[in-house]
Amino acid sequence: MDFLLASIVDGLLLGFVYGIAAMGLTLIWGVMNVINLAHGPIIALGMFGVYLIFTGLGLNPYIGIVLVAVLGLLLGMLIYYVAVHRVINAPHLSTLLATFSINMIIIGLGTAVFSASPRNIDFSLGSMTLGPITLLGSRVVAAIASMLITGGLYAFLYKTRQGRYIRAVANNRDAAELMGVPSTKILALSFGLGTMLAAVAGALIATFFPFTILAGGVYELKSFVIGVLGGLGNPVGALFGGLILGVLEGIIPTFMPTTWVPVLEFVLFVLILLVRPQGIFGAKK
Amino acid sequence: MNGIRKYLGLILAIFVVLAMAAWPMIDGKDITREVVFTMLLSVALASSLNILLGYTGYVSFGHVVFFGLGGYVGFYLMAVQDWSLWSAMVAGGLASAVLAFLLGKAILRLRGGYFALATIGINEAVRAFINNFDLFGGPVGMSLNFQVYQNYGGGAREALWMSFYVLIALTLLTVTVSYFVRSSKFGLGLLAIREDEDAAEVMGVIAPNAKTWAYVLSAVFPGILGVLFFFKNGNIEPAPAFRLHLSIEMIVMVMLGGQGTVLGPILGGAGYQRLRGFLLTNPLFKNIQLAVAGVLLLVIVLFVPAGVVGWVRQRFPKLRRILQ
Repeated sequence: MDFLLASIVDGLLLGFVYGIAAMGLTLIWGVMNVINLAHGPIIALGMFGVYLIFTGLGLNPYIGIVLVAVLGLLLGMLIYYVAVHRVINAPHLSTLLATFSINMIIIGLGTAVFSASPRNIDFSLGSMTLGPITLLGSRVVAAIASMLITGGLYAFLYKTRQGRYIRAVANNRDAAELMGVPSTKILALSFGLGTMLAAVAGALIATFFPFTILAGGVYELKSFVIGVLGGLGNPVGALFGGLILGVLEGIIPTFMPTTWVPVLEFVLFVLILLVRPQGIFGAKK
Repeated sequence: MNGIRKYLGLILAIFVVLAMAAWPMIDGKDITREVVFTMLLSVALASSLNILLGYTGYVSFGHVVFFGLGGYVGFYLMAVQDWSLWSAMVAGGLASAVLAFLLGKAILRLRGGYFALATIGINEAVRAFINNFDLFGGPVGMSLNFQVYQNYGGGAREALWMSFYVLIALTLLTVTVSYFVRSSKFGLGLLAIREDEDAAEVMGVIAPNAKTWAYVLSAVFPGILGVLFFFKNGNIEPAPAFRLHLSIEMIVMVMLGGQGTVLGPILGGAGYQRLRGFLLTNPLFKNIQLAVAGVLLLVIVLFVPAGVVGWVRQRFPKLRRILQ
């Protein structure tokens, strides 16, 4: 029982970070109906970003994350203008392949520069013990950071002019343009925010797990599952979806082999797509 | 004369495949045979995917699931149940067709991005399942006893040549099926679905059935090819059998050549593998071959979305009769 409790807490803390990663994916989908297949490599870039800042500049990794966020935002806007903008109104295949080509470019250059050998960030925040539960400092901080980021994203989307523009474009791009919203800039900003969230999630993961340049792929697939779980296009749904997935990953190994976790995850994913494509928290269309 | 004219598109497609196939037969080298084997495999896979992606307009991102599943079923029958390659290929193709039929009814209701996501999910679910499935060897997979190859021409080298000839026949068959699907009434229904599914239904196309059969047709050949590929390989493991990357490569090949045309996937598959081989062996691009391929893909998606054949068809309408 104690073991189960510990697994759940562990899963919940991890789930917050999964949620942030998925939020990046789902924000882009919600605003422009694009599935960002470069999501995984961007997560990996976030990991390497904080790693390089920590080992190269010797900065505290948590300051590094702020830098990674800024760079992620800029990178996302660059990707939007280079690869996505021209095909934003084309069929899905075009945007899928355009973002996948970015995936190939990042992975190709990344493996050439960093090789595929595993890295880790040698920085510990210690841990504390509450009865049967051991809390790792880095995971607690990551969970708190994730909550702050979610809050920040909501404040941005609901309290600022830019945020209102983003919601307007997501709602109806043509109508928003007629109202004078600079839609191209807003789309680029949204894409930037999405990649920023992915990069930050990667940076947070890097503070407690070892990683390679290919490590993002797993989290990309998890983000798909979470995004669909919470309803694609729904950032808060993504956070809850992340928590659900984290808890599932904590609970399932207590009664069946760990290798079955992905089987259940993806079966759940396909079932939700079939039965409730709008997600558990999505409104009925 | 008129009869020949009608089939010019098919004749050209078959001619291109045969020209590729003839290359290793003329120079007799094993290395050439391996290069052309990869090219023909890509041509056949891309042509099958094209039935769903190009004609029907449904983007299957997890098409490799049929290649892997067919390969696994056939391999199990060969390695454990001592079946011959021929019956194993039939069984592998059938297994993929049955999976496609069952899935098709359910997931082809989804459109656009949701369908693409579902196909990725299915591939990952099947791979994770096979990883845990002890009958198929779990994460270790299975391997063939070397003796098996003696039944196919005497030795390993003869068996490799025989696999090559079988692949030529399968590629020709796939291309022919692809041609006849496109020029049939069934194919016209698929093209209508691609353009506007709701309008197609109003015009009397029974979309759910047509889509399902297109899905089944596009799954059969990858299943058969999977058996042949892993037979030649000698062993099978979950990771190479359900490699998501191969799925996406298949899409790239179709896009490169021209989606929705018969000749496109042939040129796309062969061209993509040639290019990849060049990048991998070129000292300048060796380390960044993936990035270079990515840039190329981006350029094609952004500027030549119709692919090579599609672009030529737009520029030179007179060639449309031949370049189908």
